[in-house]
Amino acid sequence: MVKGSLTMDQQVVSPETTTTRSVVEDPKITSGDVSVFYGAKQALFDVNLDIPRYAVTSLIGPSGCGKSTYLRCINRMNDTIPIARVTGEIKIDDQDIYDPDLDVVELRARVGMVFQKPNPFPKSIFENVAYGPRIHGLAKGKTDLEELVTTSLERAGLWDEVKDRINEPGTGLSGGQQQRLCIARAIATKPDIILMDEPCSALDPIATAKVEELMMELREKYTIVIVTHSMAQAQRVSQKTAFFHIGYMVEYGDTKQIFEDPQDKRTQDYIFGRFG
Amino acid sequence: MTDISQAQPSITHDWSSSTARRRVRRRYGADRRLQLYGLAAIGTAMALLGILFTSLIYAGYAAFTTTKVELGVFLDPEKIDKDNIRAANFRKIVRDAFFSYFPEVQNRTEKRNLSKILSSGADYIVRDYVVRNPDKIGELVKISVPVSDPFDQLYKGIIPREIDALSYDRIALYRQLESRGVLSVVDGVGVAKTTLFVDPAQVPEEGGVEAADFQRMIDEGFRSFFLAEPSRSFYEILSRNAAETLRNKVVADPSLVGKTIEINLPLSSNYDNLLQKGEAKIRNPRFRSDKEFAWFDSLIQRGLISTPFTWELFFNADSRFPELAGLAGALSGSFLALLVCFLLSFPIGIATATYLEEFAPKNRITDLIEVNINNLAAVPSVVFGLLGLALFLNTFGMPRSAPLVGGMVLALMTLPTIIVATRAALKSVPPSIREAALGVGASKHQVMLHHVLPLAMPGILTGTIIGLAQALGETAPLLLIGMNAFIPSVDNVGLTQPAMALPTQIFSWADSPERGFVSRTSAAILVLLGFLVLMNLLAVYLRRRFEKKW
Repeated sequence: MVKGSLTMDQQVVSPETTTTRSVVEDPKITSGDVSVFYGAKQALFDVNLDIPRYAVTSLIGPSGCGKSTYLRCINRMNDTIPIARVTGEIKIDDQDIYDPDLDVVELRARVGMVFQKPNPFPKSIFENVAYGPRIHGLAKGKTDLEELVTTSLERAGLWDEVKDRINEPGTGLSGGQQQRLCIARAIATKPDIILMDEPCSALDPIATAKVEELMMELREKYTIVIVTHSMAQAQRVSQKTAFFHIGYMVEYGDTKQIFEDPQDKRTQDYIFGRFG
Repeated sequence: MTDISQAQPSITHDWSSSTARRRVRRRYGADRRLQLYGLAAIGTAMALLGILFTSLIYAGYAAFTTTKVELGVFLDPEKIDKDNIRAANFRKIVRDAFFSYFPEVQNRTEKRNLSKILSSGADYIVRDYVVRNPDKIGELVKISVPVSDPFDQLYKGIIPREIDALSYDRIALYRQLESRGVLSVVDGVGVAKTTLFVDPAQVPEEGGVEAADFQRMIDEGFRSFFLAEPSRSFYEILSRNAAETLRNKVVADPSLVGKTIEINLPLSSNYDNLLQKGEAKIRNPRFRSDKEFAWFDSLIQRGLISTPFTWELFFNADSRFPELAGLAGALSGSFLALLVCFLLSFPIGIATATYLEEFAPKNRITDLIEVNINNLAAVPSVVFGLLGLALFLNTFGMPRSAPLVGGMVLALMTLPTIIVATRAALKSVPPSIREAALGVGASKHQVMLHHVLPLAMPGILTGTIIGLAQALGETAPLLLIGMNAFIPSVDNVGLTQPAMALPTQIFSWADSPERGFVSRTSAAILVLLGFLVLMNLLAVYLRRRFEKKW
């Protein structure tokens, strides 16, 4: 079945081989043989990936390659799909996040997520940011909460733009502002890791530039994993890059090396624009 | 495949060619036709709706006013005991007050007829007035009380003083006779020239000519005009005095016995009027004598008759007398039943829909439940009524005719509507909102309660109100559990007290013979429709109010 699915691309040499040229020291996230199944269909095959802390790691690859699927394993969003099944091991700071004793809600508070399409709640800007801290009990009292919201919006570079209309609906902001609001919302639960699933694909270049700038700033305090279709973006913002192809993590290394000197033929073909 | 590098004459589209034009014309024609079909359908629907409303308003507007007569009632302290007001004979007090307008009427029968102008409920209206204002005892108070149904209808012009005396088929018989040319007026009396045989066999041995059965002879002779007529109603055309006329003639000239003679027989009064005046009218049989008209006219002349707005329609309970019947019982019954229905079906419906949509595993059992719920929405309401009758009344022994049971039955009926609407509303909440909430670490039920349900609320409320509006208009299930009780008072309103609902009230009024109930029925339908419109407006308002864009 696995072989059959490969016929779509004749240039694949041997899908099982993975090229990893950099060993990450003291990784934030480690994955061992992570596979994901949607019903009978396997979407991800034995991914081994160590993600460094306080850095941006890009996951690139053509559509349907499994990069988003892998990303959604890190905060167990795949749990919400009834037919999805994850095998293997993912650890954050040596804690197995698929441990049955681990509370998934707690995990998602520590691993924030920003989605492809900006999806603020249809509530006020303040409420959007305050919701996470409130349900997790992160703020004591009203002033504490207001301070947390302000800090989060400041870190997301949105404070100056919205401080006068903090109680207006978040859905009234522009696309780029909405996405930064979502980032502020993710930051507000005080996570260690922020996952971003194609965060700029719905934004114009100016808004994209702002979000990218923000990512580079946030990197100092958070571990960021970003899925992107834009190789230019991956080069601009990330320190590490992993290339995924039809369910396999093909090549992983420093961004510079991946883009300038890819080892695997499939990576070369993708990066030099021969397919994808 | 054409080789592009080769020089090809460029093909330009000919916008004005006949085929192109025909194609465009045909497409425009099709567009226009589709639009016209739509407009025609909407137009038909609007016209039918217009007819419905016009006829309802035309028939029902009369019920919104009541014809009342003003009485000057002296609340005699000798007749009304302050401590026991209800024991006083208000019937006599009211009648005496009314009779004082007509001092000339002394005859007992006439007095009885005169009192029929007043509604039978007049006594209670005066009594309730005194109970409310006991300090008025000893004073002369002016109270307007309704007139009885026939006079109410008469004053509003719904029923006439006179009606046609002859039905259509009687007039047809008359026309037959007329076309034979046998009718004429002789000495101011309408007569029919009839040929008949003075039959010696009808003359008895004893008594001679005077005792002969002349009626028989007339019948025999008159029948010859109507040989093909199966009914015998044509005999009514002739006056009862016809036999007398024939007798006088034969007695005067006994030699006529045994001969065939021609004789002018007098017509009965209705046909006589038809012949001489062109129409035959009689007094409307709802009234007993022409004197009643005179009394009523004099009341009008004295300015004692008024037609105020019928607040009684909303504040009175049901009554056998249309001029007193109101919707208070039905409104309270419907309100209580709908309240029970809402309190049961809203939470249960939302809980069911939420569980099925968000939490239930997808397997055969949930599939089966889903199919059943969807089918329940299509079950005829009378079946739910039967279920209520068998289960709630017979098995559980709950009270008959009670709004509690009515509400429970209506809740059964409304549940599928609410569940289906809620599921649709939950489905329409974009998954991005759920993801966002899950992403910041909300648990499943927090996602549901904080985000999905509030966003689905407009749809849920709309579905609920539509379901409740449907329940408000439902008749059959309420009839089966007996919520068509005759409730003449609203003193005992309660969940377990016998009650009436709006649709069953309409049903029972529509079934009543009194003329006044015709307009009462239409008025009740208008009230029901008014509530339905209000509920739908509420649904629109709630949707606008809670709708949020994302």
